[in-house]
Amino acid sequence: MPRVNPKPQERVLPPETYAELDAFIAALHLDREDERRKESLIQVLHKAQHLFGFLPEEVQLHIADAFAINHAEVSGVISFYNYFTTTPKGKYQINVCLGTACYVNGAEKVLQEFEHILGIRSGQVTEDGKFSIESLRCVGACGLAPVVTINDRVYGKVQPGKVQEILEHYLVEASGEEAPVHA
Amino acid sequence: MLKEHTPLITSYPGLLAEHARCKPLLDSRLETGRTTGRRQILVCGGTGCHTSESALILENFQKQIARQGLGSAVKASATGCFGFCEKGPIVKVFPDDVFYVQVKPEDVEEIVDVHIIGNQRVKRLLYEEPQLKATVETQHAMSFYRKQQRIALRNCGLIAPEDINEYLATGGYLSLGKALTEMTPEAVIDVIKRSGLRGRGGAGFSTGRKWEFGRNYAGDEKFVICNADEGDPGAFMDRSIMEGDSHSVIEGMAIAGYAIGAHRGYVYIRAEYPLAVSRLQIALAQAREYGLLGHNILGSGFDFDIEVKLGAGAFVCGEETALIHSIQGERGEPRTKPPFPAQSGLWNKPTIVNNVETLANVPAIIARGAEWYAGIGTATSKGTKVFALAGQINNVGLVEVPMGTTLREIIYDIGGGIRGGKEFKAVQTGGPSGGCIPRQFLDTPIDYESLAQIGSIMGSGGMIVMSDKDCMVNIAKFYLEFTVDESCGRCLPCRIGTKRLHEILTNITEGKGTPADLVELRELSAVIMDASLCGLGQTAPNPVLSTMKYFWDEYEAHVLHKTCPAGVCQKLLRYEIIPDKCVGCTACARACPVGCISGAVKQLHVIDQSRCIKCGACMAKCKFKAIYRH
Repeated sequence: MPRVNPKPQERVLPPETYAELDAFIAALHLDREDERRKESLIQVLHKAQHLFGFLPEEVQLHIADAFAINHAEVSGVISFYNYFTTTPKGKYQINVCLGTACYVNGAEKVLQEFEHILGIRSGQVTEDGKFSIESLRCVGACGLAPVVTINDRVYGKVQPGKVQEILEHYLVEASGEEAPVHA
Repeated sequence: MLKEHTPLITSYPGLLAEHARCKPLLDSRLETGRTTGRRQILVCGGTGCHTSESALILENFQKQIARQGLGSAVKASATGCFGFCEKGPIVKVFPDDVFYVQVKPEDVEEIVDVHIIGNQRVKRLLYEEPQLKATVETQHAMSFYRKQQRIALRNCGLIAPEDINEYLATGGYLSLGKALTEMTPEAVIDVIKRSGLRGRGGAGFSTGRKWEFGRNYAGDEKFVICNADEGDPGAFMDRSIMEGDSHSVIEGMAIAGYAIGAHRGYVYIRAEYPLAVSRLQIALAQAREYGLLGHNILGSGFDFDIEVKLGAGAFVCGEETALIHSIQGERGEPRTKPPFPAQSGLWNKPTIVNNVETLANVPAIIARGAEWYAGIGTATSKGTKVFALAGQINNVGLVEVPMGTTLREIIYDIGGGIRGGKEFKAVQTGGPSGGCIPRQFLDTPIDYESLAQIGSIMGSGGMIVMSDKDCMVNIAKFYLEFTVDESCGRCLPCRIGTKRLHEILTNITEGKGTPADLVELRELSAVIMDASLCGLGQTAPNPVLSTMKYFWDEYEAHVLHKTCPAGVCQKLLRYEIIPDKCVGCTACARACPVGCISGAVKQLHVIDQSRCIKCGACMAKCKFKAIYRH
């Protein structure tokens, strides 16, 4: 049963990204009468976050309407799962694994070093929007502990002394807008 | 020749013929020890090795083979995890059974020249046994593998996971064919029951009995769910099975579907495992193309298909009722049981939820029989268990051993002992729900019951080894931090109780603990265990209780003497300069991030204790061992 959600505020995110999301949703052939349509909600949220980088209210409302469900249901799901974020992350998302194997191999000191160099705490984004730091729980590469991922790249056996070196690629890149060259 | 083949298989005899057609693919791999004939090179493509450029290694092999015109003599492909992650990337050459470790992309040319063409070995890339100080040439001779028995991991490191033909060559899907054509669903359940297989996700419930419940509850629709939401930090066996042998899980699910009467399956997998997700999707597409999933499988009239559902980073979704809510697109909160999912699960229909490793065992049991499987292991725990060895151990990796193997055998004989010559202190099993097992239980044969008796659990198989350099109070705090983060918030004792436990433990590690805190830790733990709804809360205090039981002296040291015997808890440490040893080189003063070390060149330096943040940078920099920590 279609429900009434509050009118969305003025959208600021690009219409072409919405169009891409809509094409993805259309391919799911959601039946607005079927109680099982919500099976695809998490999948759609993954896609939306991938496209927009985060899930602000305007995107949440858009998705709620597409599923004909309350905004609260969408928002409730987003707030429950760690993977989803309602605020933008940095261009380079630094994730320090704090799983047990990494932890006993000194991951906490590695995290502190990232925080120290970038001047932000875990969970924050640098002022210029380039870097954000998060901790995550086990990427399952325990043979490489401590593990750090920056966007899709994985760094293994990271020691606090290596943090500066790792960041340098990205710092150079951030000023020159060139893709980082990996050693 | 293989490319022109029509893949659709429509009958069991057709499947047997397909198996016979594919079998030569593995000839040189199954008859190891031969040193002539066509060679095959397998490069590990698991997450660990993949991260260390194993894809580039494979590419280099293919380039070299093409450049040297060796296509008819050798073939290179990617395979699943060998388990020896410590020394990755791994390259294995068949049929010689030669095992190369820590291979770099630039080593490829030498392997091709020396080994493939020259028939010699690249000695510097062979594994050196630390105890023997001698290199080992073949995988079978390595102590890491000698005590292992691989059933769930049988195809990891043997076949190319993205090629269904190789899975068929091992006899893959023959168990499904046998079940569909020669066995009734009841007979399948009976075999699984008699095999003694128990859930490998942690709780250890009889898989056959679970299936029996799923079969007996009536429903117009039933579901099979594979729980691949491997959330325990330090556990990566399910990921490796998915990456290395997705087909065995798919086959296990189809057999389960036939047994309970389900036509639809779901794999709920962590979004943090992109490689596993992609391999699984490739395998599903191939299985459909071959007619091993879909309508009327092998002409038996049985329909079954599988859908992949991604998790979104919630540990509690490993609990089956929470997982079901998550598949339904809701917040992943658990609910009370009963009714168990076998009666009322996904969309309130009978549903069985099995773990990845459990399902990977199923085809092997159907193929080789209940008696074979029940002949392995202990009186109450049958078969093998995969453990992920990590922490302060020499051979980090994935090992599969018969139930009843002792901790000592796993940690010392297979794991190669403690890293850096440190002393063993404890092994943590079962992740945040488990406990720390001290030295006196090293000779305990591992099974579900024996681990429970000593205050831990089997769990999903994570095994984190800790040395004398690890503080057990801090480890308990670490696990509580995890449960505080991951508690879904539904039950008050779990939501607030774990937070209070964490606060008390934090106080203790910062030197603010009182003897009353130790009493409170125990009382609070008891309440959380009694009053929480799901396994997460019921087991959350285990790390605290087990460390209090076995490492009481460390708690006392923190609370009464305000010291951390392992030298881990920063607030309890003091860094001091030994006057006799300080030469006044200024290295420490320059390294100190807060500038709290004073002293002129060639003069004694002093640390201002009131400003010291105890980071240890000075101690790391001092070349004269003039700084000590206590």
